[in-house]
Parts: sequence; C-alpha cells; structure tokens
Amino acid sequence: MTTAPAPASARPRRRRVPAAPYLFILPYLLIFAVFWAWPILSSFLLSFRDSRLGEGAPLGTANWSRLLGDEFFRTALRNTLVILAVQVPLMLALATALAVALNSRLLRLRGLFRFAFFAPLVVGTVAYSAVFRLLFNSDFGMVNRTLTGLGLPAVDWLNQPLPAMSVIILALLWRWTGYNAIILLAGLQGIPEDVYEAAALDGASPWQQFWRITLPLLRPTLLFCLVLSIIGTLQLFTEPALITNSGPGNATMTLGTYLYQQGFRSFNFGYASAIAYTVAAIAAVFSAIQLRLFGRDT
Amino acid sequence: MTVSTSGPLPGASTATQPGGMRARDRRGALWLHLALLPLALLFLAPLYLMLIFSSHPETAIFSPNPPLWFGGAFGENFAQLQADTNFLRTLANSTVISTLYTVLSMGLTSMAGYAFAKFQFPGRNLLFGLILATLTIPTFVTIIPQFILVARDLGLSNTYWAVILPTLANTIGIFYMRQAFGAVPDDLLNAARIDGASEGRIFWQIALPIVRPALAALAILLFLASWNDYLWPLIVLTQKDSYTMPVALGTLVGLTRVSWGGIMVGTAIATIPFLILFLALQRLFVAGIAGGAVKD
Repeated sequence: MTTAPAPASARPRRRRVPAAPYLFILPYLLIFAVFWAWPILSSFLLSFRDSRLGEGAPLGTANWSRLLGDEFFRTALRNTLVILAVQVPLMLALATALAVALNSRLLRLRGLFRFAFFAPLVVGTVAYSAVFRLLFNSDFGMVNRTLTGLGLPAVDWLNQPLPAMSVIILALLWRWTGYNAIILLAGLQGIPEDVYEAAALDGASPWQQFWRITLPLLRPTLLFCLVLSIIGTLQLFTEPALITNSGPGNATMTLGTYLYQQGFRSFNFGYASAIAYTVAAIAAVFSAIQLRLFGRDT
Repeated sequence: MTVSTSGPLPGASTATQPGGMRARDRRGALWLHLALLPLALLFLAPLYLMLIFSSHPETAIFSPNPPLWFGGAFGENFAQLQADTNFLRTLANSTVISTLYTVLSMGLTSMAGYAFAKFQFPGRNLLFGLILATLTIPTFVTIIPQFILVARDLGLSNTYWAVILPTLANTIGIFYMRQAFGAVPDDLLNAARIDGASEGRIFWQIALPIVRPALAALAILLFLASWNDYLWPLIVLTQKDSYTMPVALGTLVGLTRVSWGGIMVGTAIATIPFLILFLALQRLFVAGIAGGAVKD
C-alpha cells in the first residue's frame, strides 16, 4: 500500500524531530491498545473459558466443540451466508449501475437523483428498521395494500421464512446501495475521460466501453466495497433484531443476533467469544480469497 | 483530496456539440431516465411515508385508506412518544454523546493521521499496517471484552463515557486524515520549522487549518455514525434515563401496543436534521464517504 520510505531522506529528519511523530500518535495508540488490541486478544482467551462459573473458570475447548454441534449456531451461520450470497452481489451490481448512471453526461436532474439514492445514508438502522417493519406489516402495511390494490395476493411478510428473509435483504439494499454507489462514483471519476474518447473513436459501443474499460479500472474500488460489505453483513444485527425479531422461528436469526443472545442475554461470554472468533475467521477467509482473486493491483 | 461530485454540466453536450444531440444519445437518455425515475421513487418512498405517518394517529396509519399527505396528529404522537420513552432526555443524551465523541475522535485521528502523513519514523509502516488491518476485523470480536472492561472493570455502565471510549479507535478516520494531510506541502511545514515554530504549533496553526474541508466532512460522518449507533449503546446502557435515542426507539419497535405514530415521530426527528444537512452539504458528505475509499 505505502511505499517504503527512502532511508536517505528519513535520516536527517529523524535527527531533527525524534519524538514529535510518536507524541502525535500516542493518544490514539493508547485508546487503540486498551479498547481494540487487548480485547482482540482477550476475546480469544475468553473463548476457552466458562464465564458462567465464577471468574472465568478454565474450560479448555468445550466452547469450540459445543459450537460444532450447536444447531442454532448452524442456523445462524446458514442464514447469514444466504443473506451474504444474495444481498452483496445484488447490491454491488445495482450500486455499479447507479454510479455509472449518475456519472452519465446524458443525465438530467442530477441533484434530484443523487438525493434520492444517497438520502438513505443518513437514516439510522433503528429508524429504517421501524419504517420497514411498519410498511411490511402483514395486515395493515402499505406494501400489502399496494399489492392487493394491484390485484396481486398479499404476502405474510414477517411471519413466513422466505418473505421475512426477503424483507431483511430489501432493507439492506435500500440502506446500503447508495453508500456503495458513492464510493464507486468516486472511483469512476478517477478514470480519465480520454480513455473513453479514444475507445469511442475506435468504434467501441457504450456496452463494450463498460466491460472493457469501466469494470477493469473500477476493480480496486469494487474490491474495497466487497470487503467492507462482507464484513458488515457477517455482523448483521439491527435489521433482524428489529424488523423480524430473528423470526419466524429462527428463520432470520443471524450470527449477530445469536451472539447478542448468548453474550448479553445469557451472559455466556466464553461461548459468545467463540462465535465472535468464528465470524472473524470467516471474514479473514473471505478477505484472503478476494485479495488472491482480484487484489493484484491494490 | 476533495472528490468532484459534479460531472459535466447537464445540457452541455446538447448545446455545444456540433449538430446537437445525436439520435443514439437521445434514445439512451430516454431509457436512462425511464429506468432511474421509478427506482428513485422507490428509494424515497420509505422516507416520505415516515414523514407522513409521523403526523397521523395509529388508527389512520392502519385504516383501509392509509394517508398519503400530512395530518394533524404530530403533537399528540410526540406527547405519546415522550410519555413512553422520556424522549427529550434520550435526545439530550444522544446530542452530548455524539458531540463529545466527534470532538475527541477528530482530535485523535487528525493527530495520528498527521504523523503518518508527514513524518518518517521507525515503526511507521508497521503501525499503520496494524491499524489498517483492524478494518478487516469484525467489531464483534472486541465487543465482549470491551463490555467486560467498560462495564465491570471500569464500572462505567450507564455513563456517557461507556458509549464514547471504545468507539474512539476509529480506523477510517485515521485513514481519511492521513489522506488529507498528504496534500499539505512539506515546504510550508519546513519553512515554519526553520522559523523556529514547535511541532505542536505547526500542526495546530498551519496544517490543521489547511485541511478544514476534510475535517468538516469527517465531523459530519463521525457525528452521524455516533448518532445512529445502536448495538454498543444497547449493551452498555441499561437504565431508561441513560438511553440514547436509537436505543429508546429500539425498545418500542419490538412491542405491539406502542403507538406507531409516536415511533415514526422519533425516527423522523432522528433523521430530518441530517436529511437537511445532507441536502445543504451534499458535496462534503459525498467527499467524506468517498474519501475513505480513495487509494494511494
């Protein structure tokens, strides 16, 4: 990412201001060490302990073997991966299309469209979860009213597994597509205009330009969005907690809601830490795969 | 640093290009707008309905003919919300917490970002790599030890500091400020050094004023993130009077008896100031969000 400093230029400056950079970083580093670095380590140690027995009685690997046989954990894991597999690609495709559209010289009312797609960014997860819960209410919600008004059958959105999952995915799409579109738009504007002009002179259609120029040059930005989206989705909590209450049954229970339940409802910190570390391990695997597959130029 | 958000002016291609707009462009523009317009309406609909519903009693929201325009029940809904959650108190809590967090986090991240951008020192790349690596570590991993540390060891449950302290380690902020300070010319700083200014003074009086636009964007994003944060405050705040606004609203949403009109008032109050801010400062907002993604 950063190039190594040239030793020749570093040496004289180091003599002149030896302490300054460290003093500038120190306050941040203290917070980082106490509230980030230590907890990361501590979490790992906790996963080998039983916090329900006094002061974290040693437990060995019992939390980890319990994880393997826990059917609720498997449900949470499966639900999370399903949401991930459906929502993230849909969102990134939509965000890319939106970014290209918003960047197009043919677009009028640019400000209005930007406002429409970026406005969900400022809405908090609790606020939009409440709105979605109300809109998708099976008996009185606006969505079902619209469906029946169009002569279509009403759907029992929040009380059936598949529809409940769809509502979560729709809510995530609504909230995060604009965010990714902004990042991609910034990436698009970093592509020099003359590349397109040259391609157009050579007779490349807009479609060819998109596949041959835009997508390849946008790859680092897309990778950035992909990594952050996957980590975000792995930690999904507010939407399933507030829109569907993890239900019906456990149909929308995620790793996030299960971790919350184990950690802060049952106060089983050791087991919750094992769940947390599983999430981290999955995130690490995904990041490694992405860097391998797409990351040569980042 | 600032990312330009306005492309070519709309209409520029029609008027200035010889021969006017080509037929293919006209067709393309038509399809573009036909596709975008319904999508834009879908994106705006939840916001619009939130505003509408906040001004109607629950009976109207759930009636066979739901309202599509503002009603007159805003005051009653707010009174109900205040009675249910002591909403004004949670609003005050949220304001204090988000303000303190924003100021402190801006101080920490701009100092560290400055050091990473403008100094060569042993351990620099290692430290920056370490901080950057935390971006890919889910916050879930830290949340339980953080809770044990803050609530049990430090005894801070239900205080403002319990919410603020663990969230101060803001990686994106460092990344963003390092990027911003990178654009400050070294010559300027060196000239001040030759004049005998201290490093602290150079940072405070020369470097910081130059990156003011970036600071403003960061401030908005930090405040918004803190304002909307839900999971962490939910964990460390257990007494009703210490709740932040999202936590208070969250306790209502799961219930069935509570007035939806009241909840919509709460969500609207949580959102509208930022919608207005967003409209006014769209460039800063967009630059701030995009800034986190800009690569070397």
